[in-house]
Amino acid sequence: MPGNILGSEDIILSATGIDKVFPGAKALNKVNFQLGRGEVHALLGENGAGKSTLVKCITGAYRRDGGRLVLDGVDIDPRDTFEAQRLGIGTVYQEVNLLPNLTVAENLFLGRQPRRFGLVDARAMNRRAETLLAGYDLDIDVKAELSSCSVAVQQVVAIARAVDLSGKVLILDEPTASLDAHEVEMLFAVVRRLKTQGLGIVFITHFLEQVYAICDRITVLRNGQLVGTREAAALPRRELIAMMLGRELGDEIKTVAKAETEEGPVRYRFSGYGRRGHIAPFDLEVRKGEVVGIAGLLGSGRTETAEILFGAEKADSGSAEIEGKPVELTSPRAAIRHRLGFCPEDRKVDGIVGDLSVRENIALALQARRGWARPIPRAEQERLADQYIKALDIRTTDREKPIRLLSGGNQQKAILARWLATNPEFLILDEPTRGIDVGAHAEIIRLIENLCEQGMSLIVISSELDELVAYSHRVIVLRDRTHVSELVGEAVTTAHIVEAIAAGEKQGASR
Amino acid sequence: MNALKPHLIRLAPQFAVLVAVVLLISLAFPDFLKLQIQNGRVYGSLVDVLNRGAPVALLAIGMTIVIATRGIDLSVGAVMAICGAVAAASITSGHSLVYTLALALAVGLLCGLWNGILVAVLDIQPIIATLVLMVAGRGIAQLITEGAILTFNDPGLIFIGSGSFLGLPMPVVIWLVFGIAVTLLVRRTALGMLIEALGINRRASTLSGVSTGVLLVAAYVLSGLCAAIAGIIAAADIKGADANNAGLWLELDAILAVVVGGNSLLGGRFSIAAALLGALIIQSINTGILLSGFPPEFNLIIKAAIIVLILVIQSPRIRDLAALFGRSESAEATVKQEAK
Repeated sequence: MPGNILGSEDIILSATGIDKVFPGAKALNKVNFQLGRGEVHALLGENGAGKSTLVKCITGAYRRDGGRLVLDGVDIDPRDTFEAQRLGIGTVYQEVNLLPNLTVAENLFLGRQPRRFGLVDARAMNRRAETLLAGYDLDIDVKAELSSCSVAVQQVVAIARAVDLSGKVLILDEPTASLDAHEVEMLFAVVRRLKTQGLGIVFITHFLEQVYAICDRITVLRNGQLVGTREAAALPRRELIAMMLGRELGDEIKTVAKAETEEGPVRYRFSGYGRRGHIAPFDLEVRKGEVVGIAGLLGSGRTETAEILFGAEKADSGSAEIEGKPVELTSPRAAIRHRLGFCPEDRKVDGIVGDLSVRENIALALQARRGWARPIPRAEQERLADQYIKALDIRTTDREKPIRLLSGGNQQKAILARWLATNPEFLILDEPTRGIDVGAHAEIIRLIENLCEQGMSLIVISSELDELVAYSHRVIVLRDRTHVSELVGEAVTTAHIVEAIAAGEKQGASR
Repeated sequence: MNALKPHLIRLAPQFAVLVAVVLLISLAFPDFLKLQIQNGRVYGSLVDVLNRGAPVALLAIGMTIVIATRGIDLSVGAVMAICGAVAAASITSGHSLVYTLALALAVGLLCGLWNGILVAVLDIQPIIATLVLMVAGRGIAQLITEGAILTFNDPGLIFIGSGSFLGLPMPVVIWLVFGIAVTLLVRRTALGMLIEALGINRRASTLSGVSTGVLLVAAYVLSGLCAAIAGIIAAADIKGADANNAGLWLELDAILAVVVGGNSLLGGRFSIAAALLGALIIQSINTGILLSGFPPEFNLIIKAAIIVLILVIQSPRIRDLAALFGRSESAEATVKQEAK
């Protein structure tokens, strides 16, 4: 097994065959993960890959449905995070999980303050806090309120507390997301120090440079499955991206003849479209019956691109044209009037209206476009719902069931039905196949291909590159919130996409 | 008839509670159920309940819609005082009845618009946004009446408080007609569904093209209008505008009516009819306690106890338990059917 060079006595935490099932989706499927003493181990994967589910199974926030967890040679089964902490597994999250209105010392010793005559011995507590923090090269006033410290210092305090409480395994979940470069360096110094003390450290992030800067080994998850564990030094960045996003390099098959659409007239043209702080200005053309794929890593500006096209975020530069006529797409309402539709990435937050029935959820966008004064008659709503429940094979006991009770894949299909009911000409799908089971996955891909054959224009965002390659006529590659590359026709392969993400160079056929 | 069935099931618990409360009172005071007709007008304790309950019933109509949007309107009591004061001031300074009513209603709409803009445009939490007018409103009303109780004797305005139409007191006719009108407005158009969608998931609704901002403002404007009507009735009833006491604490009774009506404070699904039944339950309890002759100090405590009981019956825990029993019964039923 590549990368598995540790002897059993060097392993501090070993998870084997971890399973976790949620209603409608298998979040983890027989995942193995081994953490060595004095090792910094990156846990990588896109949203929904199963990173946080795995971490939660380890820290006791979730109960696993199968598999073994061995800490320091002993089988463990933590029922909650407190038990995991007592056993030796501490976690620090992106949002510091401390109390900003208490002092640094109080935060370090909350719930276990040194006592004298039954009262908190503040002096002893402050003294111990100073000693503890001195070990982290942190010379701050422990009597100061935590909120007066920088986020980086708060982060270190959180780490100090977690290590002091637990002391065997430290899990850092996106700890650097809100830190600047200097603060990241300070945090890394702390991590290196803990490493020499023999702690096993799990590092979750989406910054690949940081992974290479600090990690010894890398484990990649995708769709709840283990892709592999590798030595960081022996894993080129390209290959890492390929592990995260798609199949092994070079095994892509392209069959569909897609050349003809490239000659058709441009239906939607966006020029210099952008919004400061969200996405750099970009040019985009979409033809009738064309699928434009958008690829990039998490945080590269994929969703931002979708939101700005749909008017969910207002563009502050550039212009939009539909069939040569300038249009203002400043709100979802305006976009819907121009026959756009948008299936958002986060179904639960942005998509479903949980307590409303499947029927009402399907009718919602059409009803909103007709206006409140022209209600869709009940019989028509029922016909519409039945039609799409049948056409998209939405599995529900009946159309009056609240949509929150459906599984993820069926919710996704109902949201798709909501947009198809409005008869759109341009559909934006943000991660349409995320977190849904394999069967529904294939159905949605087939649906995308059908819609495109019927002449609909589509933009599909996906972190499943092999999938993207299969149905896209063109692929736009994003990096650092900028459109860095456009691949057309024969150039649309997973290998090229991975290359573009890794390098960010302009390449492929440019027009 | 089939389309009506889910509505009747929805209203059944509130209806049962109302009947139980009324029966309980009539056990102690058999006269409670007695109705008499004098001079073409119906008299009796039950009519009193409908009549006295008019302000809370009207407020509950607007409050139901506001709560369905996941909001709350604390200002309705104060808006009642403002509109009552405006009506009294207008009629005493010699303006016509039509002008007076239009002015008072317009002021109510304006108050609602203010709340709606704070909530929908400035994105202030509803409880804080409407607290502003709750506090300031009574001051405004006192400014209008100049601190005194502004009395009037215009027969037209007084008729709204104590006149009768088709044998029923005017306030009863007004809240019944208004309640039916608003129910038809939201249920015969798509407004009801769009408001529910907005209350359950505002962002998803916006992304689906629902004009969530306009709907939010409209909900608070409706609530302001309801408060204005209630304020006019309250003033007409005592033939004067009392800026200190008109509508005092009624916002709490209105919220209670909505909740007793089984509407969730978390927004979403709503029923105006159930909220109106809730208002009647509260008023029946009030009237019953008054009739019983308990010392007034006990009234509030007894009322609170009864309401706690109603809320316990409706609480999710108890409902889950009931559902559990219900499910095991139906499961047994299916097993039996399969056995056949």
